[in-house]
Amino acid sequence: MTIFEAILLTIVTASTPLLIAALGELVTERAGVLNLGVEGMMAMGAACSFAAAVSFDSTLLGVAAGILAGAFMAALFALVVLGFAANQVGSGLALTIFGLGLSGLIGAPFVGARRDPIPHVDVPILSDIPYIGRLFFEQDLFVYASFALTILIAVYLTRTRSGLTLRSIGENHTSANALGLPVLRTRFLAILFGGACAGLAGAYLALVYTRFWSPGMTAGRGWIALALVVFAAWRPGWLLIGAYIFGAATVLQLHAQAAQFGVPSQVLSAVPYLATIIALLLLSLRHGRAIGAPGSLGTPFVPDR
Amino acid sequence: MRIELTPRTSVSPVARALAPVAAFITSFLIAGFVIWLMGRSPIDAFDVYVLQPLSDPWSLQELLVKATPLALIAIGLSYCFRASLWNIGAEGQYVMGAIFGSWLALKTHGTDAGTWVLPLMLILGVIGGALYGLIPAFLKTRFGVNEILTSLMLVYVAQLTLDYLARGPWRDPKGFNFPQSVTFDTAATVPPILEAGRVHYGFVFALIAVAVTAVVLGRTLFGYRLKLTGDAPRAARFAGFSSKATVMAVFAISGGLAGLAGITEVSGQIGQIQPSISPGYGFTAITVAFLGRLNPIGILVAALVVALTFIGGESAQIMLKLPLDLTQAFQGILLLCVLAADALVSNRIRLVARGGGK
Repeated sequence: MTIFEAILLTIVTASTPLLIAALGELVTERAGVLNLGVEGMMAMGAACSFAAAVSFDSTLLGVAAGILAGAFMAALFALVVLGFAANQVGSGLALTIFGLGLSGLIGAPFVGARRDPIPHVDVPILSDIPYIGRLFFEQDLFVYASFALTILIAVYLTRTRSGLTLRSIGENHTSANALGLPVLRTRFLAILFGGACAGLAGAYLALVYTRFWSPGMTAGRGWIALALVVFAAWRPGWLLIGAYIFGAATVLQLHAQAAQFGVPSQVLSAVPYLATIIALLLLSLRHGRAIGAPGSLGTPFVPDR
Repeated sequence: MRIELTPRTSVSPVARALAPVAAFITSFLIAGFVIWLMGRSPIDAFDVYVLQPLSDPWSLQELLVKATPLALIAIGLSYCFRASLWNIGAEGQYVMGAIFGSWLALKTHGTDAGTWVLPLMLILGVIGGALYGLIPAFLKTRFGVNEILTSLMLVYVAQLTLDYLARGPWRDPKGFNFPQSVTFDTAATVPPILEAGRVHYGFVFALIAVAVTAVVLGRTLFGYRLKLTGDAPRAARFAGFSSKATVMAVFAISGGLAGLAGITEVSGQIGQIQPSISPGYGFTAITVAFLGRLNPIGILVAALVVALTFIGGESAQIMLKLPLDLTQAFQGILLLCVLAADALVSNRIRLVARGGGK
């Protein structure tokens, strides 16, 4: 494997957690709920998956724990924003603060532990495609899962009855409610799905990307995932492209730091965050305002009578 | 079974005032449950977290020291939140204020520059925070970029800038390679209120900010404009209030106060530049602002209450070996409970058996 190939491989690894977390948030937002707690759910997914994987020496149980932890956090958020119709921005932020703190508590006994790399699965025939074959078809199962998830969500949102229901609830919850669509139940499931995805993304970070636990290891990836949803104009296909652009930016700045160009490492570390701002700015410059945003995004649903 | 919400037609002021208290008690019960899950005694933890700091004069001083940045930042944030603008990057504005002000402290270090240094440092701190806060405001008003994500991303950028300065150009050459600057001169230090006391004049700045804000919000057209922009943006536009000017103004105010908090903390409390100068005051202040119901006096009380969790957290770490992360987890739960309690005050919640109701 050449160095070039190695760099491309790490880009795939860096992009996958962004893609998975952003896909979950995309579904949540399409249902009209803005959950700013991605970073916290992701941190909880990372801590719980790592704790479970080390305790039971099983990657599978680790992944399950990560997904459950994300979904549990999301259920807490759902209780507050759906059950009490509380402010979504504030509640999401609270979820992030809570998740970052609680993940530190859960992960503390496991600082210093390490996991072995998980096996890569070779897809026959496809992995023989020159250039991209080894890159995309000789990967771990998470990478395949992220591609499958992208396609499934795209199909679900545009081609299924339930997906259309979810979108109409996100566009206008008052009309949807008048039509007898189950607003709260759909939103609850969408929030849970978002949490499970964020938890899975966290599990990937802890079990595959770093293979150890450290507090604050999500390092703003949850927030970047949120920005990606805006960047992708709430479309799964664009999300895939956006996640890979950001994954590439993250990996390239790491290599630039290693190469020591004489630029302070902090300048390069700031690249993903500045890139996020610039991406949002360019998007607004092209379209005037954020296009594709669900109409009811972020507004609590209280049926009037 | 399902949940049914109905808006309340009238809200009793007593319920509105008691909501934060109920939220506080609920979050204590949840935190106690978490501590019990960890195999520790919640009663011991309550003693160390709350009772001991309140019965020890040194801790009481420390309470005011920690409440100072929280109150300053939260007062600023209340301007944004009242106008329904989500500045969640106060942590970055705090750091940028500290950087701007410290620049002068380090420039004049070792010279006989007179008493003008400190006031100028504080002004620079306000300017630094305000300018940094104006970036997301400008991006929002000029290009329509969502302020939530940009203000948060700028936090990371500010922290990295500080990290670079503390390890690079501003590092004390005689500091045995520790990533910290020289200790500020007396002329560049916010003095303590009482001789040999811990509480510095930053607390007075916080009190002034509270008083000024109470007048601005209650008695001026600007305060009315904020409320209208937040509650009824269309009405505000019809009334001829420019929402763009409002956005810029509130971000400048909240950034400026966060910057003031940053420079007072560095020059009054830490005394030098370090890679990290905040245990997350900028984020905790969001909890403080809501716990105080966006009301200036309420925020002052909330800042003192939340400062207690920082001090309790530190002593719990030493005495009970409970990790510091518990404090952050508690602050998150507290904010969730406060928002839920607020919503509960405005909506009635009923549990309806399936098939029933309607």
